[in-house]
Amino acid sequence: MLKTLSRLFAISTLVGTGLVASAPAGLAADIKIGEINSYSALPAFTEPYRKGWQLAVEEINASGGINGDKLVVISKDDGGKPAAAVTAANELVARDGVALITGGFFSNVGLAIADYAKHKKVLYLAGEPLTDAITWSEGNKYTFRLRPSNYMQAAMLAEQAAKLPAKRWATVAPNYEYGQSAVKVFKELLKKAKPDVEFVAEQWPPLGKIDGGAVAQALAAAKPDAILNVEFGADLVQFVREGTTRGLFKDRSVVSFLTGEPEYLEPLKAEAPEGWIVTGYPWYAVDTPEHQTFMKAYEAKYDQHPYLGSVVGYVEFKTIAEILKKAKSTETDDLVAAAEGISLDTPFGKITMRAIDHQSTLGAFVGKTAVKDGKGVMVDFKYEDGANYLPSDAEVKKLRPQG
Amino acid sequence: MALYVVQFLTGLANASSLFLAACGLSVIFGVTRIVNFAHGAFYMLGAYVAYSLTQRLEGGLGFWAGILVAAAVVALVGALLEMSLLRRIYRAPELFQLLATFGVTLMVEDLVHLIWGPQDLVGPRAPGLDGAVTVLGLPVPTYDLLLIVLGPLVLGALWLLMHRTRWGVLVRAATEDRDMVAALGVNQKWLFTGVFTLGIFLAAFGGALQIPRTAVTHQMDLSIIAEVFVVVVIGGLGSITGAFLAAVLIAELNAFGILVLPGISLVLMFLVMAVVLVIRPWGFLGKPIQTGVKTIGEATRPWRPWSPATSVLVAAAILLAALMPLLLGSYGLSVGAQILIAVVFAVSLQFQMSTGGLDSFGHAAYFGLGAYGAALAVEWSGLPMEAALLVGPLAGLAGALVFGWFCVRLSGVYFAMLTLAFAQITWSVAFQWVEVTGGDNGILGVWPSDWASSPAAFYWLTLAVAVVCVLVLRHLVFSPFGYRLRAVRDSTVRAEAIGISRQRTQYVAFAVSGTAAGLAGALFAFLKGSIFPDVLSIPTSIDALVMVLLGGVATVSGSVVGAIVYTMASIWLMSATDLSRLVLGAVIVFLVVAFPQGIVGSLAGLVAGPLERWRRPAGAARPVALPAEGRQ
Repeated sequence: MLKTLSRLFAISTLVGTGLVASAPAGLAADIKIGEINSYSALPAFTEPYRKGWQLAVEEINASGGINGDKLVVISKDDGGKPAAAVTAANELVARDGVALITGGFFSNVGLAIADYAKHKKVLYLAGEPLTDAITWSEGNKYTFRLRPSNYMQAAMLAEQAAKLPAKRWATVAPNYEYGQSAVKVFKELLKKAKPDVEFVAEQWPPLGKIDGGAVAQALAAAKPDAILNVEFGADLVQFVREGTTRGLFKDRSVVSFLTGEPEYLEPLKAEAPEGWIVTGYPWYAVDTPEHQTFMKAYEAKYDQHPYLGSVVGYVEFKTIAEILKKAKSTETDDLVAAAEGISLDTPFGKITMRAIDHQSTLGAFVGKTAVKDGKGVMVDFKYEDGANYLPSDAEVKKLRPQG
Repeated sequence: MALYVVQFLTGLANASSLFLAACGLSVIFGVTRIVNFAHGAFYMLGAYVAYSLTQRLEGGLGFWAGILVAAAVVALVGALLEMSLLRRIYRAPELFQLLATFGVTLMVEDLVHLIWGPQDLVGPRAPGLDGAVTVLGLPVPTYDLLLIVLGPLVLGALWLLMHRTRWGVLVRAATEDRDMVAALGVNQKWLFTGVFTLGIFLAAFGGALQIPRTAVTHQMDLSIIAEVFVVVVIGGLGSITGAFLAAVLIAELNAFGILVLPGISLVLMFLVMAVVLVIRPWGFLGKPIQTGVKTIGEATRPWRPWSPATSVLVAAAILLAALMPLLLGSYGLSVGAQILIAVVFAVSLQFQMSTGGLDSFGHAAYFGLGAYGAALAVEWSGLPMEAALLVGPLAGLAGALVFGWFCVRLSGVYFAMLTLAFAQITWSVAFQWVEVTGGDNGILGVWPSDWASSPAAFYWLTLAVAVVCVLVLRHLVFSPFGYRLRAVRDSTVRAEAIGISRQRTQYVAFAVSGTAAGLAGALFAFLKGSIFPDVLSIPTSIDALVMVLLGGVATVSGSVVGAIVYTMASIWLMSATDLSRLVLGAVIVFLVVAFPQGIVGSLAGLVAGPLERWRRPAGAARPVALPAEGRQ
């Protein structure tokens, strides 16, 4: 038996050698970009995202690439696990020799890649991860982030919440870092804007395992004037259904993170809640020329409307292209220097990658939910520029490790 | 007052949901002793098929027809699976069916994605039952009332089926004594197929009933699987009434618990299980389990230390592994290091499972404690890597000493579930205690010391650790302690009669195993540079189990091969395709059928079988198998 064992050991090590030593030879004029995301774990978000970046790469290469060089993307799945994301990042950087890495959906995956980027001194542009830590408390020289952070979305919603007459607030959020920090920042900002509000109840169901009826009932028992919701995905569906049946939302204002994103609003169809104040992306009603151009190109290519993930993927690679064009090099230090303060046009308007904390000023749409023709939509919305919802530079310097 | 009444009703509705999902598992386990990991996958399939059907069928009749047809369709798939796959492996070592059904679960996850697309789906509400009735001035959804009725109805129907039909009598007889039922001429094959189909029907029915309440998603299978196991175990394996009581207890504790402690849901279920198992080792209504044939001790040829020739070969393999930095690039070496860490993790579990006969479902706890111990040592005290690598295994040891003290009082699946409960409790502590562990955002910046920071140096470090670990654990197997441990495993009664304490011996083995797992975890933290609660989660425990089972649970250190094959396959597939779960699941199912004793176990059998026949003169008495243990 042990003979076989050792033989197998030897064989598999040999197979392993073949497996990993054969690095693919790229063309000299290609600029390779490493991309990592939770494709198998979260297809609802990452499939539109992939379509978005594929469209961007196609457009970039069709219009002459990066100063004549072709952009080539090597894409990896992380299965939603930070450790697997680090393995993938290492494969991209150490074996494939990519110029920079990008992607990520979950905050912890983003943080793991960011820490790898800091350690290996390679640029990482985070697309989706929302945690404030990635640019602030754990921020580093090599990591940049595209989407409006948790703080920015909380600030946009708190501004609207302060206009409501509601005094007694209840909160419900998934029991992990994202939910916890969303509630924390919202509370702080709302109290600052309106010192007489009080928070009378909170619920922390585990992510993906909400007990909708019990949670809705517990919230109703506290008799709040308004509710802050941070649930999303299947938890949101259950919470909305139970809450609606039990009359939880009747005569109450609801302020809700992310609910206006088509990824979460669309599945609810006619059962979408009405009159919630949400952040999101009303693709059907944004008629700026930049957005129309993007949407037409997207629909022509995929025969499907874009999701928020599509925009993130698209803008992510447009940003990368701008950084590469400006840097005229693939050396990390040049790329970081080029990325700091870079500006570009996106389907949502002009954005800047702030030098102070490496956060982009991409904003979000804030509006109210409604049901039209049996579908959930956002109405009365306004695009809020992310630049207006960040703390002062002095505060940011305190939040982010300097030097 | 009204609130408490309504909250109680909500709890009952959830209890029914939970019971409907779980009762099928209890039915299947009670008779076939299969730990059906695919139960959650069938639950999810039931919901998806019901979604598709109810989109097409209109009205109240259409809705309910859709639900029932969905359950029937999925049950048919279950029957086919039982006949084509499980029938082939009933004789394989215990838990091997767990591996097969795990492979099926992986495949179903990707198939669901291919068939129904990536988006979450929201099915229709039950026609006529989408409103609420007022109870003491508070609204209660009518669908909840239906569920409250449906749970006991299904329980009653199952009771009648089991106690008032011939088939039910046979099933119960098979639960008591499989061999006797077979001896009486009952065709066990069809009995098992029937039971499995019934169990899957119930799983799919439970899933389908959820579509008016929540979204149909890809995560349904994994989010329910742990819960149904907990319910079944708290209730007592094989006891359907027990499962119902357990579901009511958990759902009510949750409904009222969140009024006091809003964050309690995360850990509640596993806390309840730990408490119940410590107080009542066989759950509410379970009986001391008949483990049937304890395969490990009997199915194997007696273990022997390496012969001189094998030792030379092993040394050559180690030498070859040590030369890898000459051949591999830095990525290859970091994958190599990850594989070696998996080897340490796998052999640590194998020592406990194969030598100790203690099947753990929660080995991630000690791996994770080691990882967190090392990471916290770096973060708090700024200890260098060398010191942190000592803290890791000590953390694993500490955890094993605490949890093991409770666990070794139990045996079989109850032991396994108590280890799972402790692992989940540890996970939720890492997840919740944000000030110390960073919560979900983990601990960053855990990188190796300078001398070990090059991929080659770190690879050599892990290789040295892995070699030492495997050799030390092997040495223990063949030491007097190892013989005591195997004696306890093979015949507890005889071992205790000659003065070996089962609990003390197993406790020591548990601690050794936890220490080695902690060492693997500490190395893992330094390999990745950051650590997150997912190292403590159920999938990590499953990885370890899969590696041991793949290698061969009846071998001394076959998990070395299991770890190499499994880790390499998952890393490579993850990198090469988005459908990695489909391929990996198919590979696992294939290996299970082709190598029912694990890779090393089967190959060893192939080599050793003819050799033994050749050596043994014809007609010589074969060693008589010992009567199965645990039937006291």
